[in-house]
Amino acid sequence: MSATSSVSATEGIGPDNPAPLVEPPRARSARTPKSTRTNFELYGWVFMRLSGIVLVVLVLGHLLIQLVLDGGVSKVSFAFVAGRWASPFWMAWDLIMLWLAMLHGANGLRTIINDYAQRDGTRFWLKMLLYTATVFTVLLGTLVIFTFDPNIR
Amino acid sequence: MPAGTLYRGREGMWSWVAHRVTGVLIFFFLFVHVLDTALVRVSPEAYDDTIAVYKTPLVAVMEYGLVAAVLFHALNGLRVVAVDFWASGTRYQKQMLWTVVGLWLVLMAGAAYPVLGHAVREVFGS
Repeated sequence: MSATSSVSATEGIGPDNPAPLVEPPRARSARTPKSTRTNFELYGWVFMRLSGIVLVVLVLGHLLIQLVLDGGVSKVSFAFVAGRWASPFWMAWDLIMLWLAMLHGANGLRTIINDYAQRDGTRFWLKMLLYTATVFTVLLGTLVIFTFDPNIR
Repeated sequence: MPAGTLYRGREGMWSWVAHRVTGVLIFFFLFVHVLDTALVRVSPEAYDDTIAVYKTPLVAVMEYGLVAAVLFHALNGLRVVAVDFWASGTRYQKQMLWTVVGLWLVLMAGAAYPVLGHAVREVFGS
């Protein structure tokens, strides 16, 4: 575009001939889809940052205990799990870590599906698969932590 | 494609790519990890037999890869938070990325012996 044409685009604009009103691109109107009328994406954005900070502590602590301290992975066994889950502190640690990590990961994957799956149907079904797997895994993990029985045998 | 229009990115783009890739890898491991832990509700033997797989040399290398992914995602995630909430965050995003890479290298060196030591002993004896 040359300089002269950009001048002519605003030519004649004045008090008697105002420039046309341009709607802000993200202004909400009656035509805004229902799914984008809430602040869901804002809360998701905040959640990723807050849960991420907590997860740095919980997950790196978990890796330190399971893979580094006291013989690393070699010492992990049913008896080791029983010893840790005898304490409500470690049960709470693992429960919070499970929920935050699964929701953090699910929201991350939701973003990635939205970015790369172009067809509406593909996007919808990939997300349904994601949500199903997430709910199943969170519930299974929660059930296991709460119903753990050291004397199962 | 017209010449010279392919965006090759810089530190910002590549750290974003690495953050996505490591995030997906960690999430898929998390599914498997909840399932293997759920075996404590089946029997001590079922759990111990499955956890034995985690103690093999090949899987130890994969665990080192998992540690690599988690450490990068954690440190770079803190950088993302700093970029978003710290007023000077965008100005120092490159310096913060190289700090992340430096810390990651130090922590990976520190994790090498605890995570891989038993695998090395098993493969090479002694």
